[in-house]
Amino acid sequence: MLKKLLKSLREYKKDTILTPIYVVFEVVLEVLIPLLMSKLIDDGISGGDLNIVYIIGGALIVCAMVSLVFGMLAGISVSRASTGFAKNLRHDLYYKVQDFSFYNIDRFSTSSLITRLTTDVSNVQNAFQMVVRTAVRAPLMLITSIIFAITISPKLSLIYLIVAPVLGFVLIFIAKKAHPIMKQVFETYDDLNNVVEENVSAVRVVKSFTLEDEEIDKFKGVSNKIYQGFVKGEKILAFNSPMMQFSMYTCILLISWFGAHIIVSTGATELTTGSLMTLFTYTTQILGSLMMLSMIFVTITISRASAERIVEVLDEVPDITNPKNPITRVPDGSIKFDNVSFSYVKEKNKEVLKDINLEIKSGEFVGIIGGTGSGKSSLVNLIPRLYDVTEGDLFIGGNNVKDYDLKMLRDEVACVLQKNVLFSGTVIENIMWGDINASFDDVVKVCKLAQADSFINELEKGYNTHIEEGGTNVSGGQKQRLCIARALLKKPKILILDDSTSAVDTKTDKLIQKAFKEEIPNTTKIVIAQRISSVEDADKIIVLDNGKINGVGTHKELLKSNKIYREVYESQMKGSDDDE
Amino acid sequence: MNKKIEIKKGTIPRLLKYIGKKYKGRLVIVFICIIISAVAGVMGSLFLQTLIDDNIEPMLLNNSTDYAPLLKSILTMIVIYVVGIISTYTYNILMTIVAQGILKDIRDDMFSKMQTLPIRYFDTHTHGDIMSRYTNDADTLRQMISQSIPNMFSSLMTIIAVMASMIYLNAFLALFVLIFSIITIIVTRYFARRSARYFIKGQRSLGKVNGYIEEMLNGQKVVKVFTHEEQAKEAFDILNEELRSDSYNANKNANVTMPIAGNLGYLEYALVALISTFVTVNNIMPLTIGTVISFLHLTRSFQQPVNQVTNQLNSVILALAGAGRIFEMMDEEKEEDNGYVTLVKVKEKDGKYVEAKEGMWAWRHPHHDGTLEYVPLRGHIELNGVDFSYVRGKQILYDITMYAKPGQKIALVGSTGAGKTTITNLINRFYDIEDGKIRFDGININKIRKQDLRRSIGMVLQDVFLFTGTIKENIKYGNPNATFEDVVNACKLANAHDFIMMLPKGYDTMLTGNGQELSQGQRQLLSIARVAITNPPVMILDEATSSIDTRTEKIVQDGMDKLMEGRTVFVIAHRLSTVRNSKAIMVMEHGKIIERGNHEELIAEKGEYYKLYTGAFELE
Repeated sequence: MLKKLLKSLREYKKDTILTPIYVVFEVVLEVLIPLLMSKLIDDGISGGDLNIVYIIGGALIVCAMVSLVFGMLAGISVSRASTGFAKNLRHDLYYKVQDFSFYNIDRFSTSSLITRLTTDVSNVQNAFQMVVRTAVRAPLMLITSIIFAITISPKLSLIYLIVAPVLGFVLIFIAKKAHPIMKQVFETYDDLNNVVEENVSAVRVVKSFTLEDEEIDKFKGVSNKIYQGFVKGEKILAFNSPMMQFSMYTCILLISWFGAHIIVSTGATELTTGSLMTLFTYTTQILGSLMMLSMIFVTITISRASAERIVEVLDEVPDITNPKNPITRVPDGSIKFDNVSFSYVKEKNKEVLKDINLEIKSGEFVGIIGGTGSGKSSLVNLIPRLYDVTEGDLFIGGNNVKDYDLKMLRDEVACVLQKNVLFSGTVIENIMWGDINASFDDVVKVCKLAQADSFINELEKGYNTHIEEGGTNVSGGQKQRLCIARALLKKPKILILDDSTSAVDTKTDKLIQKAFKEEIPNTTKIVIAQRISSVEDADKIIVLDNGKINGVGTHKELLKSNKIYREVYESQMKGSDDDE
Repeated sequence: MNKKIEIKKGTIPRLLKYIGKKYKGRLVIVFICIIISAVAGVMGSLFLQTLIDDNIEPMLLNNSTDYAPLLKSILTMIVIYVVGIISTYTYNILMTIVAQGILKDIRDDMFSKMQTLPIRYFDTHTHGDIMSRYTNDADTLRQMISQSIPNMFSSLMTIIAVMASMIYLNAFLALFVLIFSIITIIVTRYFARRSARYFIKGQRSLGKVNGYIEEMLNGQKVVKVFTHEEQAKEAFDILNEELRSDSYNANKNANVTMPIAGNLGYLEYALVALISTFVTVNNIMPLTIGTVISFLHLTRSFQQPVNQVTNQLNSVILALAGAGRIFEMMDEEKEEDNGYVTLVKVKEKDGKYVEAKEGMWAWRHPHHDGTLEYVPLRGHIELNGVDFSYVRGKQILYDITMYAKPGQKIALVGSTGAGKTTITNLINRFYDIEDGKIRFDGININKIRKQDLRRSIGMVLQDVFLFTGTIKENIKYGNPNATFEDVVNACKLANAHDFIMMLPKGYDTMLTGNGQELSQGQRQLLSIARVAITNPPVMILDEATSSIDTRTEKIVQDGMDKLMEGRTVFVIAHRLSTVRNSKAIMVMEHGKIIERGNHEELIAEKGEYYKLYTGAFELE
């Protein structure tokens, strides 16, 4: 897992390696400084030798300056490495997702992909910065401090050997105990955010049911759970600093007692007052680095799950890829389904489409009618190869879809999806998604075709009106027309409208159909609709039921021959006024 | 700093009020404990002087082996340390409870307040903006209360205690340490400020990148269909690099602060050592070894809390800015409700209505002259000359006059943006009208308590919102006291029962993320069932069946008809079948009613309605 992640380091490898090197120098100097201090006290101050004081004092200043430089260098390089690493990770993830097929996207779900690219990357970045910097610093500090302490007084250093493991053990124990509780608290935080989010988006529902008080109770319940969890977790964590103090004070007192004995009994030959001071400083450093180690432990535990989720995305294999020697031109807009079956999950007996045989000529206007779940969308999604057929073959312009260059195929097959989105940007920017090289005239032309031009001109800034994220500032019908215009700009050989005029009124719908017929007669048009009026003029209407073709024919033919079609027609024409 | 973080006036006192409300006593204990803990730490440093000057040095000089005085001072220290440790533990625990308690209070108040805000507030603030007050702002506040404040107070106490001891030991050296510390503070503040500035910038870039990722991934399927992958990558790379550069600068300045502060501390230490030796050796101001050592130790203990205070200052400023935003929301004006007409249950007695526990619903209408009138709840709605605009000067509705007698079905049709939904939002007072009158059972709706008004109007909205919870819970949302049988009946009425039973867990199926597991049509059926269970006299169906295919709709229709029976219903729909049997159909365009009448009349009129809905309309 780690190997896979570290691949994203690339140009920041240098900084990643340099950081621990700088840190080594910084640590060595930081450990050396207390030693110099003890020399300063023993040989300089106690000895009253001004020269030694000057020499060691000068050395101290130099050491502090050098350590400062290395500290800064380490700080700078670790920042460059960690932020660069995060950037590359985001980059790799994002690029990977761009290669995903619809199947891959469905498998992860959009919201989970978003979390992986945002929160998880931040977690890994924090852990990375911490590890690169302190994973070397803490153990090195611990070891060198202990070594230096031993050189001063092996007997007194025994105290560390007893206290340090005990403290280390307790700190890890606290972390281990508190971590699952805190993790749960943060999960509860998600619940809290969820309640707020729901109440903000569904404020009208809450108000119209006058359930404000019930929602407040619900929120207070979650809020209280967070409170309880935090208190429970932090009560355990609250042991940390008294525990540190306890160890520190124990060391100081033990060193004072035994140190005094050694100094007095040996007449300050084996141990001096200066070195006693140094030992106190090492006490701080040893215990401090233990604290740091326990923090590293916690950070790694937290970020581990995030790292795993990231690697999952990086490891995913896109299931639709470009063929080796792709055909780069679609000759015409004819479509042929040859015994096609399809299922979203890759197992048998869960087919959404079964044994579809269908031929559509170039330039035809084909309507598709069928109930929810009859497989309409699945059928058309196969044409631009958004999904691959499970069995059988699909031909476009006489060639198997799998032989085409993917980008070219999707440019030639324009699909207006059922769940469509506009992006934040101006109207014109959104339309130009269809063709970035289009002229303004082209844009206006397709908007006229899609019956969007008139309402666009009524907007305050016309074609330069800003569309909010998701297109929330235009109505459903307007959004659908913009999406159609965007698809038309591709000048495709095949145009697919997947229930794309459901929010458009009948009159406008008819106008769009008329424009299609007159302006783009050579484009194959496939229209999925709920309304009979949207497809009644089609050259061919396909009735889908339960993943199978139930009937094919013109409006008139189907009215005569097809039971489902007749039922749908009647339900829309007559309504329920029979009892009036 | 080119961008100053602003802290609103009154934020601090207000925050203090929250703290003082419940936790005054505990906070006093916390501060006492912090002081004890800080003093214990300083006593430890002073102990070193005692150890060397009063114990080791004299023993060395006198060749004495009497450890009793040493033992005594060590025992004293044990007592002091134990008290210190207990204090540390106590204030850590108490502070957790206080901080989390305050935060819970603020959160709860914020949410309670949010529930009283008018719809307009939600129209003018993005979801992200509202959400960030609960997440980012509350989080910085949590850190400030639980960490920064105790930390700063403890550091401040240590600084005072250490400074006092230093002055006690040697005022001249103390002055030097003080000056040097001020220099250190200035230097570290410089980096900390730079870091904070980039941090804010970085947060903004992070928001931008996350926003971009969210938008693009939500539209990923469209990206694929339009083979827009390369453009999506390019735009992403630019934002991503911007974020890297900003967060690099923020991290760099923050990471550099620590080594600078630390090593300046060493420098100070060396200088103190040099100066003190110099003055001692040259007999300018002779100092004992114990004093020097103790002083050096104090110098080390002084530096750390000084750095702490500087570090924490930034997070305090950020947190106060966040607290300001939280209070800003709490100060928003509430949804106004001056309604005094309420909904009560009444019984008929001697030709008069009297309030009773059981019986029919009626409006309790106290008049200005002191008399009380009970008007039975029937669902008579009347709009008279209603004008409305969301934003002043941009009128949406013009002189709307219409009425619906109890039990009548009124349809609103017309192109998108004509103002159909707006009318329904006025009837339940999501927005207040600008001119004209709306009456419910003859009572001006401004006089009716909003809660009661809304309870008597069932709404099925264009955009369905389902809550996280089981299907059963979602249906019961309309009526928390409903039995399971009621739930099933409502679902049968809305024709949702069948598909619910097909789900593996039936009515106990969990819905998450606005019911994304279900199809749009199924979600609409649930939202119809949710209203059916409330049994309101007036119903508003705003494109309630638009996503249900017409065959299913036909089946639902029977249920819908049963549901609408005896109720006043406003229907907004594109589909002919849904509106055809209405008592009256209002055709709207640009905020005006341009045609009205029943289906036959409107067809005969051969006007807009005829064009819109017959299908027989001719292309120009």
